Amino acid sequence: MSDHNQHAVAHYRNNFLREVEDRVEDGEWVKMCMQCGVCAGSCPFGPHWEHSPQKIFMMIRAGKREEVLASDSMWMCTSCYNCIVRCPRKLPITHIMHGLAHYAHRLGVAPKGQPTREVARLFWNNLARSGRVNELRFSLAMYFKDGFVQGIKNSLAMQGIGIGLMKAKRLNPMEILGGHKCRDKDGIHKMIAKAREIEERKQGFTS
Amino acid sequence: MTKKQYAFYPGCSSQKGASASNFATSIEVMCEKLGIQLNEIPDWNCCSASIGYGDGGLLPRLVLNARNLALAEQHLPGQDMVSGCPACWLSTRETAEKLHESGSLMAEANEALKEAGLSFKGTVRARHIVEVLVEDVGFAGMKQPVVKPLEGMKIAGYVGCQTNRPFGIAGESFENPQYLDKMIETVGAEPASGYEQKVTCCGGALAFSEPDKSQKQIRDIVESAYDHGAEMIVTPCQLCQANVEIYQSEINKKQGTKFAMPVVYYSQLLTVAYGGSLKQAGLDGHVIQPEKLQQIAVRQK
Ligand code: SF4
Ligand code: SF4
Ligand code: SF4
Repeated sequence: MSDHNQHAVAHYRNNFLREVEDRVEDGEWVKMCMQCGVCAGSCPFGPHWEHSPQKIFMMIRAGKREEVLASDSMWMCTSCYNCIVRCPRKLPITHIMHGLAHYAHRLGVAPKGQPTREVARLFWNNLARSGRVNELRFSLAMYFKDGFVQGIKNSLAMQGIGIGLMKAKRLNPMEILGGHKCRDKDGIHKMIAKAREIEERKQGFTS
Repeated sequence: MTKKQYAFYPGCSSQKGASASNFATSIEVMCEKLGIQLNEIPDWNCCSASIGYGDGGLLPRLVLNARNLALAEQHLPGQDMVSGCPACWLSTRETAEKLHESGSLMAEANEALKEAGLSFKGTVRARHIVEVLVEDVGFAGMKQPVVKPLEGMKIAGYVGCQTNRPFGIAGESFENPQYLDKMIETVGAEPASGYEQKVTCCGGALAFSEPDKSQKQIRDIVESAYDHGAEMIVTPCQLCQANVEIYQSEINKKQGTKFAMPVVYYSQLLTVAYGGSLKQAGLDGHVIQPEKLQQIAVRQK
């Protein structure tokens, strides 16, 4: 268990709802859920959600902290916003799912090797480096995320697609040498660092 | 004609050599003919898309978007900020609204922006190019420059998620928005009526991490287009376009289907109908060739 996680457990005792309200994006909305079940039928990858959003909100209120944070379900969210436009209580469900996934990731208790978690991490690293996403470097990182051998297999499986895109001038092999970036990279780095610092202070990770 | 001025936020996928670069190409002629001037926001950065949440917390993501808004406010004052990518539009609009609603978030965002020498007052409106077309130009305005109606083509209008939800285009329903079908009619083609996968999610950014689950979505989207007699899919979404076009060959390989359904942007339809060349319409940028549209593009009138 990470230090952050231990501290959070100690700080909030058994009040997981309060922890979510304080620390998770749009967490203060959770208590507004009336358990109607509309959102549960909205997710495109629905059959693969062990816990639907409705269930997750119920579990939060029931204090099932570990089960919620370790759940694979939030990482199944495709950001399709079906739920948001349907919820009779107007809960920003998409954002709460993202917020829970991020919080679990931040505490180090999100499921290990969860593919979307890995992709999300690579994507963020890619954009935070230069301010813009370099698609080739991102794609290569994707193929090699499971290690070298699997990486080669993945690359081979996707080779046809890569070459097709290159022919269509939509994947630029020169990008590996640098490609697109923002002029004020340094300013962006400092700005992101500052935003992190403010947020961590506010959420009680640092004092 | 004095042109309408907008602060333009292209987004990462529309950079030169990137996956939606043919979108970027195809909006040039379209905007030219419609009297729209897009002024690129200097040194814009990535919006962090809908997958940035894993590592990026709320404030870092808001601040990335606030930087673009601040740059637009400073360099292109008085202009609406316009994006062609639903994910960029969503992130920017969500940021603008969140900062507008909360004075404390605005103060925190500005504290971080200061590190990059910027500040944001909150005066910029974030819009999608489709909103500009529908609201500022109108369907009659979109029809005017048509010189080559796309007669005899039947096209499935695939709206997808994020151009449609949570904001959508004003006056449209979430279940069955009409604007894309109307655009198809405007250029003289026939929309595939009853196409029931119009607002289905293609899997979005999870096409990479959850390929099988996403490909099931994509299969439904393509199959239904065939079932409704469409010979092409048209979409306003970059990720939809890429996902639905690119993975058809994978689905064919794994499931023995014989999909070869071209997927293009609305802007490519308009450009061809306005007399733009194959290159200007970005029609040289496809993995599945939209042959019929290409033929119309090279035809002399
Ligand atoms: S739709 Fe809204 S109110 Fe109904 S269960 Fe889901 S979150 Fe709760
Ligand atoms: S946005 Fe996420 S939580 Fe909401 S319906 Fe789509 S997949 Fe489910
Ligand atoms: S359908 Fe897919 S790509 Fe299109 S907006 Fe939704 S998630 Fe994005």
